[in-house]
Amino acid sequence: MTTYLVIAALLLIGMLVVQISKANEYINTLRGEDAELDTDKINGVLWLIFTILFLVGIVWSTWYFSPLFLPESASEHGHWIDTMFNITLILTGIVFVLTQAALGWFAWKYHGKKGKLGFYYPENNKLEMIWTVVPAIALTILVVVGLYYWFRITGPASADARVVEITGKQFNWLVRYPGPDGKLGTNNWKLIDETNAVGIDFNNKDGLDDVMPTELHFEVNKPYLLKIGARDVIHDVGLPHFRIHMDAMPGLPTHFKFTPTITTDEMKKKTNNPNFDYELCCDYLCGKGHSAMKMMVYVDTKEQYQAWLQKQKSFYETAIKGTDEEKKFKVAATGTVSTESGNTQTNL
Amino acid sequence: MSTKDLHHGHSEQHAGAAITDHVHYQDTEGVIRFEADHGHHDSDRNKKNFIHTYIFSTDHKMIGKQFLITGIIWAIIGGGLSNIFRMQLGFPDVPLHFIGTIFGDKWAPGGKMTPDFYNMLITMHGTILVFFVLTAGLSGTFANLLIPLQIGARDMASPVLNMLSYWFFFLAGAVMFTSFFLPSGAAGVSWVFYPPLSAIRSAAVGSETGADFWLISMALFIVSSLLGGLNYITTILNLRTKGMSMSKLPLTIWALLITAILGLLSFPVLLGAAILLIFDRSMGTSFYLDKIYISGIGAMPHEGGNPILYQHLFWFLGHPEVYIVILPAFGIVSEVLAVNSRKPIFGYRAMILSMLAIAALAFFVWAHHMFVTGLNPFVGSVFVFLTLLIAIPSAIKVFNWITTIWRANIRYTPAMMFSVGFVSLFISGGLTGIFLGNSSIDIQLHDTYFIVAHFHIVMGVAAFFGMFAGVYHWFPKMYGRFMNRTIGFIHFWVTFVGSYCIFWPMHYQGMAGVPRRYYSHGAFESFNKFGALSEFITIAAIVVFLAQLLFVFNFLYSMYRGKKVTELNPWKSNTIEWTTPIHPGHGNWDGPLPEVHRGPYDYGKDGEDFIPQTVPMRPGETTHHG
Repeated sequence: MTTYLVIAALLLIGMLVVQISKANEYINTLRGEDAELDTDKINGVLWLIFTILFLVGIVWSTWYFSPLFLPESASEHGHWIDTMFNITLILTGIVFVLTQAALGWFAWKYHGKKGKLGFYYPENNKLEMIWTVVPAIALTILVVVGLYYWFRITGPASADARVVEITGKQFNWLVRYPGPDGKLGTNNWKLIDETNAVGIDFNNKDGLDDVMPTELHFEVNKPYLLKIGARDVIHDVGLPHFRIHMDAMPGLPTHFKFTPTITTDEMKKKTNNPNFDYELCCDYLCGKGHSAMKMMVYVDTKEQYQAWLQKQKSFYETAIKGTDEEKKFKVAATGTVSTESGNTQTNL
Repeated sequence: MSTKDLHHGHSEQHAGAAITDHVHYQDTEGVIRFEADHGHHDSDRNKKNFIHTYIFSTDHKMIGKQFLITGIIWAIIGGGLSNIFRMQLGFPDVPLHFIGTIFGDKWAPGGKMTPDFYNMLITMHGTILVFFVLTAGLSGTFANLLIPLQIGARDMASPVLNMLSYWFFFLAGAVMFTSFFLPSGAAGVSWVFYPPLSAIRSAAVGSETGADFWLISMALFIVSSLLGGLNYITTILNLRTKGMSMSKLPLTIWALLITAILGLLSFPVLLGAAILLIFDRSMGTSFYLDKIYISGIGAMPHEGGNPILYQHLFWFLGHPEVYIVILPAFGIVSEVLAVNSRKPIFGYRAMILSMLAIAALAFFVWAHHMFVTGLNPFVGSVFVFLTLLIAIPSAIKVFNWITTIWRANIRYTPAMMFSVGFVSLFISGGLTGIFLGNSSIDIQLHDTYFIVAHFHIVMGVAAFFGMFAGVYHWFPKMYGRFMNRTIGFIHFWVTFVGSYCIFWPMHYQGMAGVPRRYYSHGAFESFNKFGALSEFITIAAIVVFLAQLLFVFNFLYSMYRGKKVTELNPWKSNTIEWTTPIHPGHGNWDGPLPEVHRGPYDYGKDGEDFIPQTVPMRPGETTHHG
């Protein structure tokens, strides 16, 4: 019933607009040139009003919504990105205000007046030069600074960076930490099945102590290298608080290095939000469960991190050992590799 | 084509002309002559053959109208889809039972749309608006309508290819429309159609038969676009009337020429990408696929392909495509601004050079869509440089437009309002491009609502504004009547303010990291804070959509009941389309073709309000354009 009422009301408004417009048109036709000049004036004034409200509105709304923006970057390189964003914001902001103001001002000031001609001003090469060179200089600055940061962000990871593997699948994330040996075991997509979700090859002993937790934990102020891949379709590792986006693709490994700088607890205080948590999201459409691909992320102090690590058992231990799955692999069956739990904390 | 038509006095060397029923040929000086049964107007033709005049017409003006009306229908569908998915984002709890009624209950059990249906909506919204409305609807309409009229030609170089161009477009649309009602629905893998999601049927419902239909439809569409583009280029280069040198062409024609060249060079690449994707989907090849395991299905046999290959091919079209969309709007806006400012466009040559620069650079910036796909950082840096380079010609255009209205005597028609609005939108959307083009900032903003805001403002709404400006401005030439101005002004202000209300707040969502193409942001503590803002955006989107219905009403009403045009040149314009009769027949000019003596922008020169292009130069008069 409400739907019909709304439709009826909209139709009535539409008819009203149309009838008034038609009447207005008849009157204007009768009035001739004067009516046209009035229209020019009214629209000119509207342009001025719009431009003022628009510029004021943008400043106000940016201030109003700023509490909802992302808090301070929780990673080292994130500050570089934020700096770059702010430099660009200032430069483009100046251009934005000047050009929009000029447009609105001219649109009002030069509305049609009786007996006036437009000013014949077809070209001026000096002006063209000015507005070629000035943007060129501004853009050069942005390119130089931007690329300076870009190469720092995408450069090689430091040798002591800890490796964490993130694999996207429809519709959740799989993460793998190297065990005490500090090395991720090799994996092979042909070994993937319901249990062995990333296809770890247990013939390779590096994989026997690999850990596959259901949350991501990072130790604060330690460099990490994320090794990113996908099992089925394209996903994208989105860690907005750390200023990270990197596609996860099947058959094409990617990576991203970063150093978290603010622990979860510190961020709860900074944002005054006891419910605050870092989240990993998927940023590339991957199917029906795309918007639910979430994994919790924790940045821990050294103590918290060690405590968490103590509790982790190797994937082999918890999911493979003693199952039919184990029979696929020779090494485990021969018992040449020790896989005791509880020794996962050293050197990680 | 009967032998009787061929007999109609055609000359051997101009076989293309034989296909029109009004034959024209080109004499040795390159001047088009016209042999026609005079007084053969639309009204007579109507009685003679309805199908020939309105359906399978070879008259460029009729084909232009066919593109326009088909484009409007697609715009209503494409815009309507966006309102449905905005409901899911703004008001997820409101049941929408009509979805079940139209598309089938499985898409919206209990009136609640499913994620698969949402993905289908966003995919079709993007595809329809980018290709069917802003490419075919915009270029197709104005290239067909304006090229022969503004260069002084009887028709296109090849009218039959022109007709085929429309009918391939129509077929592409028919296939796309049918796909909505397939059991597995239309394609739902986003308009960029990245494999593997689009290549593996079992990866998503939206990747089943609907994706096949999408690919077939796109192939047909590309054929249409190529047939049209070839024709536009040939016509502009060969069929200009006497005196119409390239340096006297209106900027609309320059823009349409450059657009056609861009399309001709880039669309075949998309066709190639689509064909390889069809092979991967249906014939077991592995161009884009490697090492894939689908849950519940198992390991796929594909090996050795590369998903990035598709992205390179797609964006090699995809980026020029955004200029294919915006360049015709550049041309229309330049023309409308000059005519209604009663001033020459500022920097005619700079405008052409900047369009050429944009077109050339358009082919070398595609990888800026791929900064975070694991592209080599050095390659990324080259594309940063080239991408920001393109801001320079864009800035030149903006400053020239603003200078054009400086010290003008502005006559506000709805077309002029939309043109000034276009400049405002192009500034706003262009400047946010400087953020996204810089790879280090793109790391953060990639695939968030910031990019949605950016491209909707700069190429979506702005291109629409160019289209509206064109329709309001040339409606008198199309139908011999004016559109209602008052409704036009209301349409403008609601659309202009409303569009900013829809898209400006999306920048804020993007800066907060909110990802695009999300069915719901509820699962994330960081993203679900924008409920009220999402509601506001949805309401604004619905209001803007309703305002477009006002435009459609105005269009249809004015076609039959609008104020009649009583003078040849109602806008006091210099370009030669206004020297044709109020209702030009097939062949455009009743007598000989007009001769052109000057550039198109002599407004306010030497104390004259305007001097049409057909007026000879006075002794001692200087020209500023070439």
